[in-house]
Amino acid sequence: MTEFVKPSIDYFELWPLLVVFGVACLGVVVEAFAPRRLRYVAQVGLALTGLVVALVGVVLVARDVTTYEDGAARGILAVGGTIAVDGPSLFIWGLVLALAIGGVLLFAERHLDGGVSAFAGQAAAVPGTDAETAALVANREHTEVYPLMMFAVFGMMLFPAANDLLTMFVGLEVLSLPLYLLSGLARRRRLLSQEAALKYFLLGAFSSGFFLYGAALLYGYAGSLDFAAINEAVRNDVGSPALLLIGTGLLSVGLLFKVGAVPFQAWTPDVYQGAPTPVTAFMAAGTKVAAFGAIMRLFYVALGADRWSWQPMLWIVAILSMFVGAALAITQSDIKRLLAYSSVAHTGFILTGVLGLQASDQLAIGEITSLQAVLFYLTTYGFATIGAFAVVSLVRDAGGETTAIDRWAGLGKESPVVAAVFAFFLLAMAGIPLTSGFVGKLAVFSVALAAGAWPVVVAAVIASIIAAFLYIRVIKVMYFDEPVGDGPSVAYPSVLTATTIAVGAAVTLVLGIVPGPVLDLAAVAGEFIR
Amino acid sequence: MILTILILLPLVGAVVTAFVPGALARVVGLGFAGATLVAGIVAATQYDVGGGMQLTETHVWIEAMGVHYALGVDGLGLLMVLLTVVLVPIVLLAGWRESEAEGNGGAKAFFAWTLALEAMSLAVFTATDVLLFYVVFEATLIPAYFLIGGFGREGRGRAATKFLIYQLAGGLIMLASVIGLYVVSSNQGNPSFLLTDLAAIDIDPITQRWLFVGFFIAFAIKAPMFPVHTWLADTTEKATPGTSVLLVCILDKIGTFGMLRFCLGLLPDASQWATPVVVVLALISIIYGALVAIGQDDVLRLIGLTSLSHFGFIVLGIFVFSPTGGTGAILYMVNHGIATALMFLVAGFLIQRTGTASIREMGGVEKTAPVLAGFFLVAGLAACGLPGLSPFVSELMVIVAAFDHHWLVGSVAVLAIVLAAFYALWMYQRTMTGPGREGAAPVADLDRREVGILAPLLLALVLFGFYPMPLLDVINPVVHDTLTGVGIGQEGGPQ
Repeated sequence: MTEFVKPSIDYFELWPLLVVFGVACLGVVVEAFAPRRLRYVAQVGLALTGLVVALVGVVLVARDVTTYEDGAARGILAVGGTIAVDGPSLFIWGLVLALAIGGVLLFAERHLDGGVSAFAGQAAAVPGTDAETAALVANREHTEVYPLMMFAVFGMMLFPAANDLLTMFVGLEVLSLPLYLLSGLARRRRLLSQEAALKYFLLGAFSSGFFLYGAALLYGYAGSLDFAAINEAVRNDVGSPALLLIGTGLLSVGLLFKVGAVPFQAWTPDVYQGAPTPVTAFMAAGTKVAAFGAIMRLFYVALGADRWSWQPMLWIVAILSMFVGAALAITQSDIKRLLAYSSVAHTGFILTGVLGLQASDQLAIGEITSLQAVLFYLTTYGFATIGAFAVVSLVRDAGGETTAIDRWAGLGKESPVVAAVFAFFLLAMAGIPLTSGFVGKLAVFSVALAAGAWPVVVAAVIASIIAAFLYIRVIKVMYFDEPVGDGPSVAYPSVLTATTIAVGAAVTLVLGIVPGPVLDLAAVAGEFIR
Repeated sequence: MILTILILLPLVGAVVTAFVPGALARVVGLGFAGATLVAGIVAATQYDVGGGMQLTETHVWIEAMGVHYALGVDGLGLLMVLLTVVLVPIVLLAGWRESEAEGNGGAKAFFAWTLALEAMSLAVFTATDVLLFYVVFEATLIPAYFLIGGFGREGRGRAATKFLIYQLAGGLIMLASVIGLYVVSSNQGNPSFLLTDLAAIDIDPITQRWLFVGFFIAFAIKAPMFPVHTWLADTTEKATPGTSVLLVCILDKIGTFGMLRFCLGLLPDASQWATPVVVVLALISIIYGALVAIGQDDVLRLIGLTSLSHFGFIVLGIFVFSPTGGTGAILYMVNHGIATALMFLVAGFLIQRTGTASIREMGGVEKTAPVLAGFFLVAGLAACGLPGLSPFVSELMVIVAAFDHHWLVGSVAVLAIVLAAFYALWMYQRTMTGPGREGAAPVADLDRREVGILAPLLLALVLFGFYPMPLLDVINPVVHDTLTGVGIGQEGGPQ
């Protein structure tokens, strides 16, 4: 046995990660000791401060990182090589933190539903009992959601930065567990919400099992959990290829589940629909960003030399995701389910970018890389999604949010601004030019085509046409259909939700017109540390 | 700079119109359209008839992907720009009162969307970067969608959705080809979307064919051509005549414009390879469009379908690869814009008076409204190619070129003249002559405002019918350059 060496912790580089984790722990303490009336302000303040400080930290670290050894990547391997603080990690950290700030703002919204947040008064009370009524009457609300969310954010940051399989698994779990809980905390339609949480938890736990088993097999193959060591083993072709292939497959199950790719998409519509809309917004945007970061790191860094094995698999998964997502979205009558299926289709589009990996010697100078394209797409997708769900939370009737699409008829006349903003987000998701979604699509299609994956691109184009139909259908309902009955009413949000929507729309517009800076930033982020 | 100003003027106008108080909106909107017209004329005076890309400006837009904000016009682009800036104020004037009656945001929304559409169309005709072209090509769809869906007759929402789906489908297919061009250019070491860079790269024949198919499908939907034309009739039937003018006379030209500039300009070998199929499709469009038009009862639907026939002629002229055909096709694009605009607008005034678009329910209009009937007759005669009106010249050129290409092609195309006479004159006969409708109030004649709106179009038809030289001077260099690119000299026909 080698002697246990205490790893040195690079506090400066890990600052953003540690701040988020610290704030999460502090939030638990606040929850335990602060009086109930102070908790809301304290928790929201704490969470926002923590996220902003961490975001500043990301910027400072990003300015400071230097070239790693003599490779193309910049950054360091921290904590004994388990966490890679490199360009892509920092990009994703920044993105996750920015989205999380939007998430906190949505969580904290209290104007929409008569002065209380979207979370259950007392989650432990069985729906329909006196205990629940008592909690409602007392205007209680769970403020644990903020520390829970901060733990999830910590997981989302650890997950894509993990440089070995075990750390990645820890990141996966830390990111998932709080989200399972948060999904079940809706104030309205609680049974639906609890069902969503249970489904999410069961399926998620199952997929984590797959991931862990895959990690074990890959350890059996390479004799190490470290990505660089696995890469070395794959290059030198040691060990049994069966272990490698099965291990890769099982790991993919765990990761593809998180991004909601077909055939692991079954949970998305139920969870997106049942979870409180602020949670859906944060989860849909954040999880996808983090999980794609992890997918790229695993496939590019650890299994890059074996890409002939996994690229065909991703071809099929990408094509299936695009078609199944787009086709099933058309049949939905609930806006949250529709957005859930559309997120499945987007997973397919992003995978189109992921499978566009090319060796660096195949790239022309100035040609956009697959990593760059995917990072850009994730940025556009994250902001459009969080904005779109924020708009969904505004359209309400007496029973809470009105998510049935046909009840949105006449929204264009009722409140032109909300309808226009939502239509704009939909157009962005459809990939219409002058929105960020178009540039994202352009980027991922380009890298896929450059890598020779033209069948995937052709499929992606056809799927885009199907998807365009479903977004236009919603726009048609909002603008050109006659309202049914009273029609929906739009609740006036406080500055919190309004800010999130405004920022989401602004980013979507700006990235559609001047995508250069973010594309350049993704280019500067450079390569993964290998 | 003048081209940027040309695009920005209506764009700013659209935003301003959307935010000024309701009463002012129309005046402000018309003011911006007028200013754009002036800018367009200024641009035309700066243009040198010699040919080539002029008034160019190039700025890097997305450096990471080699995208440029690059503008410029050749003769073709210039004519399309002029057509646009002339037609938009006319459409706005024609919709002065009508758009007010509608619910969806009223005149303000109509004026704002029209100006937005004008801005995007002008950008399409002046873009010299393929991605910029694509971006504005798709961006035209959003204002068009809201113009169709927001104003017009019952069922317009459905028509708007159908329109948008068709166009987006075409656009996305083209996107694959646009990206394909980029990938080819980056494989050759210079990732760029600039037309000048792309014209210099060497694309192998098989790739060229795939790229051609992508571009051509998009432009065929846009133009429209058989068998992807079915959005056209529904759209023109449900939309207001003003919107139809914008769509058919301006936006649809993007289809044939794109065929000339991208299919022939960038993919010459593939264009020749595809000629037989395209020519057959064009002939089907010509004959089928005319035949179906004859059977229509709805005036606007009928006019929309005649355009299918006319676009068949334009495409035929482009793809016979001869100087006469090319010149005829471009001239046809201008003439069709003027003649069809006149037809739509007169029909619009007629429908306002009768309260119906059904031919069966009209009759005897010429007794009480001779001026209206006169305009309608001229527009109809223009459509069937009467000598002395401008469409005659272009139609003749295309048919001559078609006979040069193959006698069979020419003889089929010539049939359309007979059919056109049939649909145009029969429509006139059924609506304008005969007894008036039972119990209906007599149709009032055009007032001075309406005559003022239509007169410039009528004058243009007559002027270019007798004296098309100014147009031909601008067109000939473009045709020469394009055909040289395809590998056919000015003298020789296709081998």
